[in-house]
Amino acid sequence: MKILTAPRMERCIGCHACSLACARLVHKRLSWDTAGIRIRSSGGLSTGFEARTCLACDPAPCVRACPTGAYSQRKGGGVVVRKKLCIRCGECARACPVDAIYLDVGGEPYVCIHCGRCVSYCPHDCLEYRQSSTAAADRANETPGLGEGEE
Amino acid sequence: MIRDHFRVLRVDLSSGQKIVTDLDGRNRVAGGSGLAAMLFEKYGALDRPWNDPGQPLIFAIGPLTGYFPLMSKTVCAFKSPYHDQYAESHGGGRSALSLRFADYDALVITGRAAVPSALIVGSRWLEVRDIHYLWGTDLQVAGKVLRRMFPGAGHRTILRIGPAGERQSPMACITADTYRHFGRLGGGAVMGAKNLKAIMIHGDGSFALPEGREYVKVFEKVHADLTATDMMSKYHNLGTPVNVAGLNAIQALPVRNLQATTDPAAAGITGERFAEVALLRNAACAGCPVGCIHIGFVRERFQEENRYLYRQISYDYELLFAVGSMLGVMDCFEVLKLIDVAEKMGLDVVSPGVALAWATEALSRGIVTEKETIVPLAFGNSIAYQGALQHLALGTNEFYQLLSRGTMKAAERYGGADFACVLGQEMAGYATGPTFFVSQALGLRHSHLDAGGYAYDQKPKGKSVEEAVNFLVKDEKERVLLTSLVACLFARGVYNAEVLGNCLKSLGYLRLADNMDAVAGDIQRLRWRMRIGTGFRPEEVSIPKRFSEVTTVQGPVDRQSIEALKAAYAQAIIGLAEESRGESSER
Repeated sequence: MKILTAPRMERCIGCHACSLACARLVHKRLSWDTAGIRIRSSGGLSTGFEARTCLACDPAPCVRACPTGAYSQRKGGGVVVRKKLCIRCGECARACPVDAIYLDVGGEPYVCIHCGRCVSYCPHDCLEYRQSSTAAADRANETPGLGEGEE
Repeated sequence: MIRDHFRVLRVDLSSGQKIVTDLDGRNRVAGGSGLAAMLFEKYGALDRPWNDPGQPLIFAIGPLTGYFPLMSKTVCAFKSPYHDQYAESHGGGRSALSLRFADYDALVITGRAAVPSALIVGSRWLEVRDIHYLWGTDLQVAGKVLRRMFPGAGHRTILRIGPAGERQSPMACITADTYRHFGRLGGGAVMGAKNLKAIMIHGDGSFALPEGREYVKVFEKVHADLTATDMMSKYHNLGTPVNVAGLNAIQALPVRNLQATTDPAAAGITGERFAEVALLRNAACAGCPVGCIHIGFVRERFQEENRYLYRQISYDYELLFAVGSMLGVMDCFEVLKLIDVAEKMGLDVVSPGVALAWATEALSRGIVTEKETIVPLAFGNSIAYQGALQHLALGTNEFYQLLSRGTMKAAERYGGADFACVLGQEMAGYATGPTFFVSQALGLRHSHLDAGGYAYDQKPKGKSVEEAVNFLVKDEKERVLLTSLVACLFARGVYNAEVLGNCLKSLGYLRLADNMDAVAGDIQRLRWRMRIGTGFRPEEVSIPKRFSEVTTVQGPVDRQSIEALKAAYAQAIIGLAEESRGESSER
């Protein structure tokens, strides 16, 4: 199974094309909020941008938190959401450790479904749609740790 | 949201009253430039001064804002402190999408707050907050504090002013999101006069899209045209600074107060040179995948022991010309330092650069002395210009107070009007010839973007005055349509009439799509009626002698051709305004 990753966010210019594409194509909305990937500046524009999107956890804390079974584990990481079963309680968003789930005014959750449709809209190739095992290994390598000389 | 009317938020800072109003007019004025003029007519007073508390400060977006790529600009309209007449200034950043997602077509601010304040707008949030403790702060400090005070990082715009705006300098800009500006004609002073330090717009709304596949299909086509072809590569690659080398090569780069139109030393400030040594990264306005914003850096050694700080500064062609070639400062990093000073003070960069170029020549001719200029202005002396920009922002003495009201104001007092590079306001960076000079001098915004006079000048000779006037009127009309929808004018090559029609139809704006040409004409005439109604006399505009002393790509500029074109274009503008008066009385 493939998942969406955002391995090159240092290149991001903050155009929001990915969020707008997700909202437009997946959720049929005009929005930069009701989308599975959302861009925010990390403390002002001079410090660059970060993507709020699902990291494809397996097991996913949001699945465990969902009281109705609306969330289920997606093979390869991430979740499948059946909105008909959702009671808008917001437990999924509270359980997500990386703030990847957006709740709209009515409490409806929006989370990445790992379809990869946003990828082609990024003008700087920040995003990548790839096999989940590779993605997990790469992410482990990207995780910043303490280097020599740091304390 | 798609609607056949306008949803306008009106805030009166004097009374604290806030009203959401639905207004008709979508099929008549579209939005953006058209909507701003309509709102000024409704809420402004043609005959009262710019700083009368009742005068409106207007921000307007259009029907396509956010729905299509590069529909990413906001039109700001006000009565300008520069000439006390109707003015428009356009800006991007996240302002347009934030206003869209806050679910307003326009914001109209009147009155004057009792204490320095911030206006906070969202789809479910409306507040005026006392922020007197930020009055006097430079834009860097204000930006940091304001970001911490309000939620919505990434999905909001913060419009703010610096000390120049607080002082109500006609050269004060409104800064949007650090790197973009409503730069010219003194919008920052209008905020200052309203005791309004900042406007935070949180774009926290979300809207259903039209049913069916048509919208997504049209979007895909436009997106492909804008990104898959090389049409936008100029802006994506070196950005607008690519113009430095190009204009220098054809003798159209204003150098040292337009004493020359080319200089080999300009090689030090070309787009290529910036990309090589000073370009740090790029950024984009929200909703624009082109990302034309080019950000350079300066570092400053603040201790002997190799201790440095650094700052990131956006640069564009207009800035490089104004505080680069025009001041004889031909080094990337020195230019960035000057932009940085202006940025922190909340000054526009173009007008101050051109004004200081005049002041430099005035000092060298003995028209003014160092008693007036305080610092030893000399072409190439960037340290002196850093000081002068601060004096200009703060109005340190009478000379700088006058100069910040416009070069001509200073020239009226001290002399030197012949070499003041003023075309309605301080010139834009195109010494291409008579068509541009007349186009900016008489243009509604006094901007090179009012009409493509600079491009017309570069075409082969043999054009009649009538042809040139027809070109300017027609080109302005086409641009006015774009700025009413509201497109970034960099995308004008993609957004032709057919594409715009398809975009409007895909959102259900069928009447607008079918009447675009007539609507554009109506808007063009309405804007001119506002401008002339507030005192503009196009027939009285004079173009200083310096502009007929230059040699351009077409050879020496002929004074007679400037005068003939100016007279004919002035009559055309008066005609447009009169037609609009007739239309107005019929309604």
